[in-house]
Amino acid sequence: MMKSEFWRAFARNKGAVLGLVILAAIVFLAAFASFLFPNDPWDMATAPFQPPLSEDALLGSDMLGRDIAAGIAHGARVSLLIGLTSTAAALAIGVTLGALAGFHGGRVDDAIMRFTELFQTIPNFVLAVVLVAIFTPSLTTIVLAIAIVSWPPLARLARAEFLSLRTREFVQAAITTGQSNTTIILRQILPNSLSPIIVSASLMVATAILLESSLSFLGLGDPNAMSWGYMIGAARTVIRQAWWMSVFPGLAIVLTVLALNLVGEGLNDALNPKLARSRG
Amino acid sequence: MSLSELTRIPTETAAMTTTPLLDVRGLSIALPPGADRPLAVDNLTFTLNPDEILCVVGESGSGKSMTAHAMMGLLPAPHVRVAGGSLLFKGKDVLTMPEAEQRSLRGGRIAMVFQEPMTALNPLMRVGRQIGESLREHTDLPAPARRARVVELLAQVGLPNPAELAEAYPFRLSGGQRQRVMIAMALACQPDILIADEPTTALDVTTQKQILDLIRSIQAERHMGMMFITHDFGVVAEIAHRVAVMRHGKLVEYGPASDVLNRPQHPYTRQLIASVPHYIEHRDDHTKAGAPLLVADKVRKVFHVGGGLFKASKEVVAGDDLSLTIHPGETVGLVGESGSGKSTLGRSIVGLIKPDSGRILFQGTDLLALDRKGFRPYRRAVQMVFQDPYASLNPRHRVGDIVAQGPVAFGEDRGKALARARELLAMVGLDGSAADRYPHEFSGGQRQRIGIARALAMEPKLLVADEPVSALDVSVQGQVLELLDDIRKRLNLAMLFITHDLRVAAQVCDTIAVMRRGRIVELGTAREVFTNPRDAYTRSLLDAIPGKSWHIPEDLQAKMGSGVAGAH
Amino acid sequence: MLGFAQIFASRLVKAAVILIAIVVMNFFLVHAAPGDPAMVMAGEAGAADEKFVAQLREQFGLDRPILEQLGTYVGKVVQGDLGFSYRQQRPVWDILAERLPATLVLTLTAFLLALALGVALGTLAAVTVGTWADSAITVVALLAYATPIYWIGLMLSLLFSIQLGWLPAFGYETVGAGYTGLAHVADVGKHLILPVITLALFYMASYARLTRASMLEVRGLDFIKTAKAKGLSQGRIVTRHVLRNAILPVITVAGIQAGQLVGGSILIETVFAWPGIGRLAFEAVLQRDYQVLLGIFLVTSIMVILFNILTDILYGLVDPRIQVSQ
Repeated sequence: MMKSEFWRAFARNKGAVLGLVILAAIVFLAAFASFLFPNDPWDMATAPFQPPLSEDALLGSDMLGRDIAAGIAHGARVSLLIGLTSTAAALAIGVTLGALAGFHGGRVDDAIMRFTELFQTIPNFVLAVVLVAIFTPSLTTIVLAIAIVSWPPLARLARAEFLSLRTREFVQAAITTGQSNTTIILRQILPNSLSPIIVSASLMVATAILLESSLSFLGLGDPNAMSWGYMIGAARTVIRQAWWMSVFPGLAIVLTVLALNLVGEGLNDALNPKLARSRG
Repeated sequence: MSLSELTRIPTETAAMTTTPLLDVRGLSIALPPGADRPLAVDNLTFTLNPDEILCVVGESGSGKSMTAHAMMGLLPAPHVRVAGGSLLFKGKDVLTMPEAEQRSLRGGRIAMVFQEPMTALNPLMRVGRQIGESLREHTDLPAPARRARVVELLAQVGLPNPAELAEAYPFRLSGGQRQRVMIAMALACQPDILIADEPTTALDVTTQKQILDLIRSIQAERHMGMMFITHDFGVVAEIAHRVAVMRHGKLVEYGPASDVLNRPQHPYTRQLIASVPHYIEHRDDHTKAGAPLLVADKVRKVFHVGGGLFKASKEVVAGDDLSLTIHPGETVGLVGESGSGKSTLGRSIVGLIKPDSGRILFQGTDLLALDRKGFRPYRRAVQMVFQDPYASLNPRHRVGDIVAQGPVAFGEDRGKALARARELLAMVGLDGSAADRYPHEFSGGQRQRIGIARALAMEPKLLVADEPVSALDVSVQGQVLELLDDIRKRLNLAMLFITHDLRVAAQVCDTIAVMRRGRIVELGTAREVFTNPRDAYTRSLLDAIPGKSWHIPEDLQAKMGSGVAGAH
Repeated sequence: MLGFAQIFASRLVKAAVILIAIVVMNFFLVHAAPGDPAMVMAGEAGAADEKFVAQLREQFGLDRPILEQLGTYVGKVVQGDLGFSYRQQRPVWDILAERLPATLVLTLTAFLLALALGVALGTLAAVTVGTWADSAITVVALLAYATPIYWIGLMLSLLFSIQLGWLPAFGYETVGAGYTGLAHVADVGKHLILPVITLALFYMASYARLTRASMLEVRGLDFIKTAKAKGLSQGRIVTRHVLRNAILPVITVAGIQAGQLVGGSILIETVFAWPGIGRLAFEAVLQRDYQVLLGIFLVTSIMVILFNILTDILYGLVDPRIQVSQ
C-alpha cells in the first residue's frame, strides 16, 4: 500500500488523529521527564497533603510530600517502557507459536492450540500476580509476567491468518513453483497477515499498560520505578481527604490507554479498509 | 363450446397485454459517488406480463439484479438509490407507496428466490418456521393451518418427507434442497410475480436441471409472471418466453426469446451468444504419438474430516482407482460435479496433496515415490493454473515478480527472470508495463493471464488447469480459453483441464474423463463421450446441459481459434 | 441429544486435563522460584520457624527426585489438600472455602449483568447506527475500555459513598447490624451494587462493541435479504434473524474473557474490601503467603472452567449446529 494512501485513510478517522496527538504529548512528557522534573520523584518536594495548584506542586503533593506532577511524568516512562517491551515479548511468543501452528497444521497445530487454550483458561491477572509475587517484583519480572499472560490472543490471530493464507491459491502457486518453506512464510504469508497483527499489537500495548498499573496498584510494581498504579494504590486509603492523589494518575492512565486504543482503531481503518467500511 | 366462451378468451388476452403485471418505466438507479459509473441502471423500460417468463440477461455489473432489488426494497440504502422512473405493479408505483403497503407486496404479491441457497436461509431457524413466517406476515391463517400449509408447500417443490423436513435446520440440507425450500418460501402466499435471481448458478448441472424443471412447471401451473435473471444463454434457451439483454445498466436488446436467441441484432448480444461454450469439432481426434507423458495408475486418496476425542473422523474418498494417461500435446478433460474429486488428481500430480496409494508416472518416473528433494526437478515440468484469479496472485507483489519468482527459486538470475517475465506477459496478451504493476490493477481475465504466464515461466511440459475460467464472465471465458488453446498449440503442451462444465470441456479437450464420487466412470475421446456416451451418469450430465436443443446461429459459431483476442 | 452429551463429556475431559496442567504448573512455579522451595512455601524467608519448614520438607519429600515430588504434590491436590498456611495457621482449603461464596456472588452477578446489558446496548447502538445514541454508546464503551477498573471503583465510591453517601463504600454487610432474612439479603445487595457495576463495566463495554459490530455484519448477510424479501417488519427481522445470529461471537468472547473477569475480582475486592478470594489474594501478596496464593490460582482457574462450561451451554442453546459439528 502507498504511504500517502495509508495516511489519508488514517486521518479520515478523527479519533485516531486525536489519539496520535495525545500519545505524542505523553511520549514527549516521558522523554523529557528528567528535564522537566529534575528531582527524584521519590523525594519529598514540598509539604505533605498540598492540594492542586499549590506553589511547589501543580497537581498537589502526596502524604509524604512528593510532587504528583513529577510522579506522573516519571511514571509515563515506566508505563510506556513496560507497555512496549512486554508487547514485543508477547508478539515474539504469540506470532511464532501461531505461525507454526497455522502453517504446519495437524499434530503441531493440535499441540500448540491445546497449550494456548491452557493459557487462555488460566485467569491471566491471577497468573501475573502469582508470577511477579513469587519471582519478586522488578521491571524484568513484570514485563515477562505480562508477556506470558498476554500472548494467547496473538497466537490465535496469527494461527488463523496463517491457516487461511496457507490454503490460498497464491501460496499453493508458490509451492508448485518450487519456492522454499522459508520463502513462502516470509515473503508470501507474513506480509499478508501483518496488518491484523499490527492492529492487535497496538491495542495490546494499551492492555499491557493497564496490567502493569494493576500490578503496581496491588504493590507488585518495581520498588525503584515510580508508576501510576503505585501512586493510586498508595493514595487510596486517604482518598477521603485527598482526592487528587488518586485522580490525576488515574487520568494519566485513561488518557494514555485511550490514545493507544484510538490509534489502534485508526490503524485498523487504514490497514483493513474493507473491514472499516463494513463497520458502518 | 358456446360462442360467448369463444369470444371471451381473446378479450382476456387483450386485457392482459394492455395492463402488464409489472411495468418498469425509465428506471434509473444511482451508485454512490466514486463508483465506476454514476448509474447502475440507466433509463430502463420493460414490462412483465402474467403467465410469462422474462429472462434478464447480462454479465456481472450489468445492473440486471438492481431492478429486482429496487422492487423488493433491497437496495443498500443510502448508498444506492432510485434516481428516477417508476416501477408499476398492476398500475401502481411501488416506489412511492407507503412502507407498510410495500411490505405487504413483498413476499405476498411479489416473491424472490436468490442465487446462493447455502447462505440465503437463516442457519438458526427451522426451515418450516422460515416458510411459515411469510404466511404469518401476509395471511390470517392460524398456526396449525400455517404448519399444514408449509408441509404442503414443501411437498409441492418435490422434497421428500416434507413433515420431517419442516423441522430440520438448513445445515442438514443440500444446496439443491435449500433452493427448493427457498422456492417453497417464495410460493407461500401465491405471489403474482416470482423474481429468480440466478437461482441455479451456484448449483451443479444436474441439480440445475431439476430446479429449472421445477421452476418452469410451477410457473406454468400458476400462471405467474416471472422475472428470471441469469448470465447463461443456455438457461435462457431453456425457459425464456421473452428476453431482455442488459449491459452497463442499459437495455441493449429486448424481444421474444426466439428472436433474440436465433436472430440477435445488437453486437453485444451477438458477442455474448458467440462466447457461449458449445461443442464444436475444433480438430481431429488427437493422435497419440509415442510414449505417454504422464500415467496415473490406480491413484487413491482418502480425506479424514472432523473427529475428536469422542468421535471417529469421517472418511471421504476423494479419489479411488484413478487411472488415465496424457500424451505430449494432448488435452485431457476431467469433468465432474462438486465433490466428485476431480481436483484431487490434478493436485496430486503437482504435488499439493499426497495420495494414499497408486502411482503417478511422469516420463516413466513415479513422482509419488520421490522425496521432497527428488520431486523438486519435476516441479518445473508440471505447472498449475488456478481457479480464482483474485486469490491466486499475491496482492503485495508486482506482477513481474510473481511471474519471475519460480525461476528465481530454481537459481535463475533475477534480472534474466524478470526480462523473461516481460516476454511471457506479452505472450499472454498483456502490455509491457504490466510487470511493474500490482495484481489489484487488473481485471479477472487479465489476472488469469498473469497466472498462465507464471506457469509458463517454468517451461512446463504439462499444465494442470483447475477450473481456470469458472470464475470469469462468459465473454472473458472465451478469450482465456482461446489463449490456453493457442499456447498449448504453440508450445506443444500437454494439459489436464479440470472443469465442472461439459460445454467448456467440449470446446478444449481431446480426451474426456467423467468423474463421479471419486471414480472415473467414463473415459474416451471428446467425440465419443459427446456423441455416444456409454455411462448412464455421463448421459444424465449431457442431458442436463441447459439449452442443448438450441443451436447457436450459424454465423456466430466456430469463432474459436481465429486469433488471440485482446486482453480483458 | 446424544451430540450435546458427547460435547459435554469431551468438555469435562478437557477441563480435567487443563486442571492437571495447572497443578503441575503450580508445582514448577514453586520450584523455579529463587530460594529453597520449602521456604517459598512457608512464606517470606525467616518468617517461618524451623520446625514448620522441616515439616514441609518431610511432607513434600523435598529431598526426593523431582518427579516423585511432583507425584506427591499432584496426589495431595487431587485429595483436596492445598497445603497449610503458616501465616494463618489453617489449611489453605479451609480459608478458600470460607471466602469462595462471596467471590462467586460477585463474579457471577457481574458476568450476567455485563452480558445482558452489553448485548442490549450493542443492539440499541446497531439499530440506531449513526445517531446520537450510537455515538454515546460508542464513546462510553471507549472510555470504559481505557479506564483501569480499580480506579473506576475508587471514583465510584468517591462519588456515591463519600460525596453523596448513597451506598456503602466497602464490606459485604453492615457490621454489627445483625440483619436476618430478607433484610440481610437487601443489606448484602446494597453492598454488592458498586463492586458489581465496577467489575461489569469493562465487560459490558466489550460485549456492547462486539454485539454492535456483529449485528452490523449479520445485517449484511444473504438471509437478512431473504427476510426482507418476505416482507417482514424491521422489528421482527432484528429480533428473529439478526440478534440470534449476532450473539454467537459475543458468547464465544464472553467465554474467553471469563478468565479476565475472575482475575479482575482481585482488584475489585481489594478496592471495596469485599471478603472474597480476590481480597484474600491481596492479603496473601502482602504477607508473601505463597501457599494461599497458589491455592487461589487453582481455585480461580476452576471458576474459569465453570464459566466456560456455562458459555458452552449457552452457545449450544442458541446454535443447533453445535450438536453435530464440533
